[in-house]
Amino acid sequence: MTTQTILPVNAEALKALSESKQEPAWLTESRLASLELAGQLELPKLEKQRIERWNIQSYGEYKESSKLASFEELPEHVAKLVEGSREGGLIIQRNSGTVHVSLAPELAAKGVIFTDLQTAVKEHEDLVKPYLHQAVKRDEHAMAALHAAVWNGGVFLYVPKNVEVDVPMQAVLLADDAGATFAPHILVVAEANSMVTYVDNYVSDALNASVTHNGAVEVFVKNGAKVRYASVHQLAAEATDVTYRRAVVENDGSIEWIVGEMNDGDTASDTMSVLKGNGSTSDAKVIAVGSGSQKINYTTQAKHFGKSSASQMITRAVMREEAQAIINGITKIEKGATKADGQQTERVLMLSPKARGDANPILLIDEDDVTAGHAASVGQVNQEQIYYLMSRGISRTVAESLIIYGFLAPVVSEIPLEGLRDQLQGLVERKLGQ
Amino acid sequence: MSTKFVIEGLKAQIEGKEILKGINLEMKGGEVHAIMGPNGTGKSTLASALMGHPKYEVTEGTVLLNDEDLLEMEVDERARAGLFLAMQYPSEIAGVTNSDFLRSSINARRGEGNEISLIKFIRQMEGKMKELEMNPEFAHRYLNEGFSGGEKKRNEILQMMMLEPKIVVLDEIDSGLDIDALRIVANGVNAMKSEERGFLIITHYQRLLNYITPDYVHVMMQGRIVKSGGPELAEKLEAEGYDWIKEELGITDETVGQDA
Repeated sequence: MTTQTILPVNAEALKALSESKQEPAWLTESRLASLELAGQLELPKLEKQRIERWNIQSYGEYKESSKLASFEELPEHVAKLVEGSREGGLIIQRNSGTVHVSLAPELAAKGVIFTDLQTAVKEHEDLVKPYLHQAVKRDEHAMAALHAAVWNGGVFLYVPKNVEVDVPMQAVLLADDAGATFAPHILVVAEANSMVTYVDNYVSDALNASVTHNGAVEVFVKNGAKVRYASVHQLAAEATDVTYRRAVVENDGSIEWIVGEMNDGDTASDTMSVLKGNGSTSDAKVIAVGSGSQKINYTTQAKHFGKSSASQMITRAVMREEAQAIINGITKIEKGATKADGQQTERVLMLSPKARGDANPILLIDEDDVTAGHAASVGQVNQEQIYYLMSRGISRTVAESLIIYGFLAPVVSEIPLEGLRDQLQGLVERKLGQ
Repeated sequence: MSTKFVIEGLKAQIEGKEILKGINLEMKGGEVHAIMGPNGTGKSTLASALMGHPKYEVTEGTVLLNDEDLLEMEVDERARAGLFLAMQYPSEIAGVTNSDFLRSSINARRGEGNEISLIKFIRQMEGKMKELEMNPEFAHRYLNEGFSGGEKKRNEILQMMMLEPKIVVLDEIDSGLDIDALRIVANGVNAMKSEERGFLIITHYQRLLNYITPDYVHVMMQGRIVKSGGPELAEKLEAEGYDWIKEELGITDETVGQDA
């Protein structure tokens, strides 16, 4: 049985919009073909959860966003986020469009490109076209197709060969109009032996109706390049967040994912590293806190093709109230990926009897000469530990938070960016209602 | 005011099984009381019930610390009122460093706005750790994680020294300690003796009492204190065991709440 996906936009309107933006013809065609695909393909299948029951129809319509004259026009908590962190480059997308783009002149001089994707498809067509929708393919399922049809704003980060960028490039993706389509597409291309850190925040403000965020992230890591990609999602309960992140890593390249899943609404995210090249590596750290009646589905994946490729995946999630989380780790080692090493750990701590957490570690190995391992655990807060802490005068609330932070600490303490670490700490506190 | 600690008619049960069958005990600041007895007679249950372990349900009695009823309080309130229990099996807590934990404990007593300064805290902790011959690295290790039995016990004593409680209950603090560690732990306890502070030492060996001299010795059997005396009682128990008491009182099975 096919579940018909209700399309939020018709072909005519999509075509008109693309043309009004003076997008290249290939992109207009791609959007239209994707829309058609979206009508034919099935929705993604989530392990043990049914995405079709989530609010995934609230696309609203494309709305122009006006450029920021000053950061004061942003909601206060968003303005705070970009305070003192603009030295490398900063892109702000508000709802359907980009409202701020800046890049340090010295980086621009080195050939670094950091602009919204909407602009990049026109100004850097030759650099965008070969990569767009190549990692998250539009024919994977209806959500991916729909994203390819309606994506807007977005980020394009290009680092030329041998260029090392030592300040983080930042983006803020803000949804504060429930009537506007919010579908940013992030595209990062790191040429051979380059190095870059990118950090973004998905935030919302004053949503008075439901919003569906259908996002995609594509990262291309060329030979010997190093990309650190950090993403924090903190969208309000009104927002349903579906995000696919993919990195394709060539010989000796490395991708490091740091993902903070702090949304208040239903969330499906899938973060995958395709280790194509020999000696390529991937390290994924995910920390998550679920609350309310959130439905959550996190998948981290590593696909090994290259010889001596190595992947490491760690997820630590805390579920409170009635949050329900399915956490999957998939390590796939293809035939021929000799000496590959894949390790994964998923741990879930549940704070209430109504919270639910499932950790599913999966190893799929088609090659003999490899090493792989997994560990998973799901458990409640240990009452014996609470008693011990309380017996020293610490209140139950503080005791619980010490244990929760202790649970997350092994991942949080490994986060190499101090600002991000502090921010995540603050978000964990907020999500835990403290 | 000198510390006064009074246990009266304390009865407690675990999973519906009564273990404490009416404990009466009175202690003052400056006194050291030892509770001795064979395994399974309710000694550790007494310690846990005093602290408020969730598994133990107190069914009768009162426990007054300076006229405040501890049994009306949550575990953390009992601690802040001045009760300290050095546990037989301290929990291991990953991700929480020993020093963060200790500082939280101290600040919980001092209250918001009156937190201990970091410098002062570190100086105090380093000083006490030195007294206990603990490796300074233990301050930054996760709480009790991977500590040996002896290290855990020393860490309990470190906490006692930092928190300066009014009533200290030591639950089998001597178990698993070699003779050197025993001496260090005992020195720590002796250094904390004061007119303001009472000690209740639970043990089934007399050897700890060679280092910490009790003023009173109580023997527990069948969930009750069946005999009390001075330090000479401990010596007699060491020399002759418990059988003579059982005989004297006509007890055949000294244990309580154990399935046959």
